Amino acid sequence: MKKLIWGTWLIVTTCLASYYGYTLFKADNKEALLIGDASHGHFQIEMACTVCHTSAFGGTESLQESCVNCHAEELEEAHDSHPQKKFTDPRNASQLETIDARYCVSCHTEHQKEQTNPMGLTLPKDYCFHCHQDIGEERDSHKNLTFDSCASAGCHNYHDNRALYEDFLLENHQDSWVKQVAKITEANAASTLAAQFIPTPLPPFAEKKEEHPDIHKDWSSSAHASGNVDCAGCHSTDQLQWIEKPGIEQCQTCHMNEVEGYQAGKHGMRLALNMAGISPAESSLPFKEQSLVLQQSCNSCHEPHTSNTQFASKEACLGCHNDQHSLAFEASPHGQLLNNAIAGRLPANEAVSCATCHMPRQEKNHHGTKVIEVNHNQNHNLRPNEKMIRPVCMQCHSLGFSIDALADEQLINNNFTGKPSAHIPSIDWAIRRSEN
Amino acid sequence: MKMKKPVVFAAVITSVLSVTACKEEPQASAGISPQQYTDSLFAVMNADRANYTKLIVQRLGPKGAGAIKPDEHWKDIENGALLPAQMFRAGSEAVSKITDKFTYSLQSTWPINKQNAPKTALEKEGLKFISDNPGKNFYGEEKLGDVTYYTAVYPDVAVSPACTSCHNDHKDSPKDDFKIGDVMGGVVIRVPL
Repeated sequence: MKKLIWGTWLIVTTCLASYYGYTLFKADNKEALLIGDASHGHFQIEMACTVCHTSAFGGTESLQESCVNCHAEELEEAHDSHPQKKFTDPRNASQLETIDARYCVSCHTEHQKEQTNPMGLTLPKDYCFHCHQDIGEERDSHKNLTFDSCASAGCHNYHDNRALYEDFLLENHQDSWVKQVAKITEANAASTLAAQFIPTPLPPFAEKKEEHPDIHKDWSSSAHASGNVDCAGCHSTDQLQWIEKPGIEQCQTCHMNEVEGYQAGKHGMRLALNMAGISPAESSLPFKEQSLVLQQSCNSCHEPHTSNTQFASKEACLGCHNDQHSLAFEASPHGQLLNNAIAGRLPANEAVSCATCHMPRQEKNHHGTKVIEVNHNQNHNLRPNEKMIRPVCMQCHSLGFSIDALADEQLINNNFTGKPSAHIPSIDWAIRRSEN
Repeated sequence: MKMKKPVVFAAVITSVLSVTACKEEPQASAGISPQQYTDSLFAVMNADRANYTKLIVQRLGPKGAGAIKPDEHWKDIENGALLPAQMFRAGSEAVSKITDKFTYSLQSTWPINKQNAPKTALEKEGLKFISDNPGKNFYGEEKLGDVTYYTAVYPDVAVSPACTSCHNDHKDSPKDDFKIGDVMGGVVIRVPL
């Protein structure tokens, strides 16, 4: 009997070890090793285990390196208020026993989707208490405030406070709620840079133009035609051979900045890892039924032969996204501005589309050449939404209105149709303190 | 002949000990005490800080050539430059990326940023000592987490009107009557033992 039990144990153990060993080292599909669903920020790449788990025995340090590899640049740009370097001094040892703020995973633990809050936070929301419990004694305005309201009421963020710090509030408190409708600058990154990267002369592929007269007609009035990017500009390999269906590799020849942004956001992060593009069906966000089978690529939003950026800036978004905010766009004040511009009643550069806020135009220095590019990482300014205040909202609105509006969930849902229902007192408190 | 084995054994032991001794840390063999170590570090820090204040901030700032704008929010303004205290902290943060053999920080009993107030019992004792005993340094040992540290505290003295006016006028400063020559805070250097 004993032999039978031991024999069974040995066989079961060997089978399990073989199965998980094969899955770990050989199999393409490693789903069996998932210890829990990844958060909304990482679910697209949860099967690309080695992106984060670079070393089997690396521990927290190794994971931290992976976080930094992808997120260091944006934290630097955000003037991170709580960088790791603030916590490495041994004098913080007692505080680190409660929250080890040297490591991202202390607050953003992955594979615990069921207890992951907005911003990927896996701590209770009153985490500020552990270091700032005396704030009520220092500032009368903060007495009796609950610690779960610090970062959820439009006043503070853990990492990015560029639009919220006290001196900035004081410097920008006086404008009326609508300052002026800003004129959107024409993007010129690709047209400025294309000539540097497209080899000349290119084959004419004249027979292709004859085969596809409709496509050739569309192309003739496109930005590609204006920039002298002929069929071969996209449809040829480095060896000047014809490519039937150009992909992201061809697009990024000229649109390298845009592709870099696209691949850093949720739309394109899989493509950055040579995985198949994400499909709406795989997301937990509300999407339109007919879009569920689609798959992300440059062409999802940009029809290549017309290069119609008007389509890409609204219709492409609303073709898939089916949440309240998206559905309310057409009837919203911003949507009306866009419709009036399309109808010719407003200058085109005063239109406000989905892309105006979620993919804003920004000045970049590309190896000494200043260009205006569209930031194709639509997550760049999305969470926390106060990231949007300075580069987007304040182009037209006051700081106070922007803070109030972005803290009003109902107003966000109806796409800013109306005024904020509540006032965030941070500017008032800053003024009062400066006057005392 | 009976003595041969013990002699060979002793020779081997001596050789091993010699090799081991050669691998010891240079400071141990050179005999530098922790106090000499921290005093030397402080000399460099203090000189760098004074040089940044005089040669950069005063020379190129608003009271000099006007080419830079030293400001608390230096990242957010054109031609912004770090305040001397921020430059000091930036140095400390940069050092922490290079070595864990020592750490240092600028602290005060009257800090503008409350996170720069003394936290540990020894920091509190040291800051009080240098304030009560102008011109003297404070040295001690403390255990933080699982590590014992040699901790030295050096007085940070107001050397220019820029130091006193900035602290006296800042809305977050708990003290507004600093004068030139006052101990405004202390530099805390910590060495793991």
